[in-house]
Amino acid sequence: MLETLVRSLVLALHISDGLLSLPVSALFWLLTVASVGWAVRRTEQALDDRQVPLMGVMAACIFAAQMLNFPIVGGTSGHLLGGALAAIVLGPWAGVLVMTCVVALQALLFQDGGIVVMGANIFNMGVLTAMSGGAVFYILLRIIGRRAWGLVGSSFIAAWLTVVLSATMTSLQLIASSAYPASLVLPTMIGVHMLIGVGEGLITAAALSFLLATRPDILPAWIADEMRGTSRPLSTRKILGFGLGIAGIMALLSPFASSAPDGLEWALQTLGGGSSGLSAGSPVGLLPDYTIPGVGGGLSTILAGLVGVLIVVALGYGSALLIRRRRAETRATKSITTS
Amino acid sequence: MTQQFLDRYIAGSSAIHGLDARVKLVLTVAIIVCAALMPIGAWLALLALTVLIWTAIVVSGVGLLTILRRSLLALPFLAVVVTLIFSVPGRPLFELPLGFATLTATDAGLLRFTTIIWKSWLSMQAALLLTATTHFLEVLRALQALRMPRIIVALLSFMYRYLFILVDEAQRLLRARECRSAALEGSGGGSLLWRAQVTGRLVGTLFLRAFERSERIYVAMLSRGYTGELHTLRAQAIGRRDLWFGVGGGVVLAIITAQAFLG
Repeated sequence: MLETLVRSLVLALHISDGLLSLPVSALFWLLTVASVGWAVRRTEQALDDRQVPLMGVMAACIFAAQMLNFPIVGGTSGHLLGGALAAIVLGPWAGVLVMTCVVALQALLFQDGGIVVMGANIFNMGVLTAMSGGAVFYILLRIIGRRAWGLVGSSFIAAWLTVVLSATMTSLQLIASSAYPASLVLPTMIGVHMLIGVGEGLITAAALSFLLATRPDILPAWIADEMRGTSRPLSTRKILGFGLGIAGIMALLSPFASSAPDGLEWALQTLGGGSSGLSAGSPVGLLPDYTIPGVGGGLSTILAGLVGVLIVVALGYGSALLIRRRRAETRATKSITTS
Repeated sequence: MTQQFLDRYIAGSSAIHGLDARVKLVLTVAIIVCAALMPIGAWLALLALTVLIWTAIVVSGVGLLTILRRSLLALPFLAVVVTLIFSVPGRPLFELPLGFATLTATDAGLLRFTTIIWKSWLSMQAALLLTATTHFLEVLRALQALRMPRIIVALLSFMYRYLFILVDEAQRLLRARECRSAALEGSGGGSLLWRAQVTGRLVGTLFLRAFERSERIYVAMLSRGYTGELHTLRAQAIGRRDLWFGVGGGVVLAIITAQAFLG
C-alpha cells in the first residue's frame, strides 16, 4: 500500500483528470495560456526561420531523452524531465514552448496526464521548470561561473530545483483541490522529488558538460563567455529583478500553502507528538504562522509573504554586493601581478 | 517504435472518420469538459455520457475493446485516487489495518472515488477516439483554424514527424550502453555518480544528433522553397453535414449536463 502510494505520487507529476477541482484546473489553464502566450510573443520577436525546425526537433529530443533512464536503487530508476536543460540550451522562452509541446503531446497521444488538467501539467512541467531552471542557472553561472565546478554546480542546482518546484506546485494544486490532506501530500511529494531531483541534476550537469566539451558553438554565447571570464559582471539591478520576480510569484502563491504545515513542521509534529515548536510562540517567529496580526485571511498571507521576500532580497543583495567587491579586489590584485 | 502504434485505425471510412477535424476536436473537448463538470453521484448523466461515447466508438468501427484496452494504459496514473477512499471524511464503511496505521474507508470517499474514476475514464476514451480516427496533422490543422499560435502548431508538427526517429535514436543509445556495460542491472555497474554521468552523456549525444538533424532539415526545407511559411493545399470550408453533426452533439451534451445538475 505505502509503496503503491509512493509510486503513484512519483508518477503524479502527470496529474490525471479528476484529481484537481474545476476552479484549480481553470486557474492553471489561465496561467498557462498567459505565460505560454507571453513566451510565444517573446520567441516570435527574435525568431529566425532556422529555429522552427530546431525547436521542433528539440521537443522530440526531450521526449526521447526522457526514455534514457538509469537505475538508482532497488527497482527505481531516474530519468530526465528536461525543462532545465531545454531552457539552458535554447533560452527560457524557447524552453517554455518546447516543454509545452512535450507535455501536450504526451497527454494527447500517450494518455500521460489528463486533458482538463493539462493546463496545470503544462504549468508544472513546462512553464515552471523552464522559467525557474533558466533563471536560476543564469544567476548562478553569472556568480560562480569562473570556478572549475561553476557550470556543473549551477546546472545541478538549477535542474534539482526545477524538479522540487514542480513537485511542490503539483502538491499545492492537489491540496487546493482539497482532495488530499496536506500533511500527507506535501512531505511525501517533496521528499521523494528531492531525491529524484538529484538524478535530474546529475544528468543535466553531465549533458551540459558534454555539450560544452564537444560543441560549445551550439550553446548560448554567454555561457562560453562566462566560462572564459570575458563577460561583463552582472548588474546588481538584474540580480535584484530576477530575485524579486521569483520571490513575488512565490508570495502570490503562498495562500495555497497557508494552511498546510511544511515538511519540517510535519515531521516535528509526527515525531514529537505535540504541537510544533517552530511557529507558535517562538521568539524567532516575527510573523506567527505566516500571517500579519490584524489583517485577515489570504491577503494577510500574501503580505506576510511579501515582507519575507523583502527580507530575503535585502540579505541576498547584501551578500551579492560583498561577493562583487571581493571579486573586484581579487581581479585588481591579479591584474597588478600579471602586469 | 513505429508510427503504426498510433495511426493503425486512421484509414477507416466511417462517419466519425469523415467528420471535419475542427468539429471533432470541439466536440471532444466539449465531452471532456462535460465529464469534468459532472457533480459527484450524477450516475444517470454519467451513464448517458458513457452510452454516447460508446455509440460513437462503435460507429467509428475502431472497436470498443481496442479503446477500452488502450484506456487501461493510464491506470497507474489513477492509482493515487485510491487514497481518496480513506482521506475524505464521512460515514465509516470498513477498516484496513496496516502495519503503522489503520485506514478507515468512508462512504463519501467511496462515492467520490467512483465518480472521479468514471469521469476520467470517459474523458480518456473521448480523447482516444479522437486520436484514433483523426490524423494528428489534421488535429493540428484544426487547432490552427481555432487560433492556436502558429509557432506552437509548427513545433507540434515537427515534433510529431521526428518523434519516432528520435525515440529510435534513444533506444539505439540505450542498447549500445547495455552492450558495453554488462552489470548495469540493479545496483551493479559503477557508482551512482558514474551511472548518472553516462546517462548525461547519452542525453548530450542525443541532443547533438537532434541538433545536427534539425540543421539538415532546415537546409532541405530551404532547398524546397521554404520562406518561413508552411503552406497546405487542403480546403478549409466546413460542410453543412459537419455543422449539423456538431450542433446535434452540442445539444445532446447540453441536455446531459443539465440533467446532471437539475435532475
